Amino acid sequence: MKKALLTLVCGLWLAAPALAAIDTHEFDTQAERDRYRKLTEELRCPKCQNQNIADSDAPISLDLREETYRLMTEEGLSDDQIVEFLVERYGDFVRYKPPVDKRTLVLWYGPFTLLGLGMLMLALIIVRRRKGGDSDAAGQQLSGDEQQRLNELLNQTRESADK
Amino acid sequence: MAKGRLLAVLAVLAGVAGFAWMSIYGLHNDPRELPSALLDKPFPEFSQPMLGEPERLLTRKDLLGKPALVNVWATWCPTCRAEHAYFNKLAASGVPIYGINYKDDEAKAKKWLHDLKDPYVLNISDPRGALGMNLGVYGAPETFIIDSEGVIRFKYVGAVDDWVWKEKMAPVYEGLLKP
Repeated sequence: MKKALLTLVCGLWLAAPALAAIDTHEFDTQAERDRYRKLTEELRCPKCQNQNIADSDAPISLDLREETYRLMTEEGLSDDQIVEFLVERYGDFVRYKPPVDKRTLVLWYGPFTLLGLGMLMLALIIVRRRKGGDSDAAGQQLSGDEQQRLNELLNQTRESADK
Repeated sequence: MAKGRLLAVLAVLAGVAGFAWMSIYGLHNDPRELPSALLDKPFPEFSQPMLGEPERLLTRKDLLGKPALVNVWATWCPTCRAEHAYFNKLAASGVPIYGINYKDDEAKAKKWLHDLKDPYVLNISDPRGALGMNLGVYGAPETFIIDSEGVIRFKYVGAVDDWVWKEKMAPVYEGLLKP
């Protein structure tokens, strides 16, 4: 029991640093600290496929966090300016939210277009069913010609069956 | 009704074809390879010491004049070791290659160039990765092609070998050589 507990404690102790990359940055105000945290959570690590720079332990993420901190505190840039600074160097990949432009039109509006098309088709099918329902009743009645042809066909099969 | 069914079949076929195209496109599209945001933009300004001659400051002007390769390397990067021999070959065939020694230890870098031969015209020392940051470097090796005016024309992430050079880089480089 004691051993199990010890293992558990050691395991937790080892796991703690893995939760998030820890930097020792100093901020004057809590608002600044929150701003830094929000920014680093919204920026994507270029080396990793799906991790923000706040969580990533990749060396490049450490550099980008340092740069974000420097741009914030030393250069006094706004959030948009910092994102712009990084996009100029690393491309739109570093943003989790891609901008709306020619290349991303399909990404932004594709799903709505498909939804619209689906609704349109559904509406067409419903309308057709409704109309079809009416004409079905009319279709039950055979015209004079059709009745005659039916009789002929029935006679033919009867004759061939007799043979 | 037959027309409606035909339309539905065509729609499904179009969907399947679209999905197949996406899958095939996806197979050949490595998500780890990011397009450079600096393509067709001027190589960033810098002023950093030369590797081996710390008192000499290199600037953007030192890279101009001829189309050239700019290779980001470090001794801690095993892939850089893998591609080094190929750079020796390229340099011997007359392609100017500038090096950026990225976040590295100067003594180790000098030993590396001594042991493995030095294919570089010159090496920019970038111990803190400041130039790397301005170049959008997110790992090593990365290799850029710049034209004689210092405009970035191509970027390759990963080891340059015979195939990469012939298939991807040589056409761009040779295109720049023509006046």
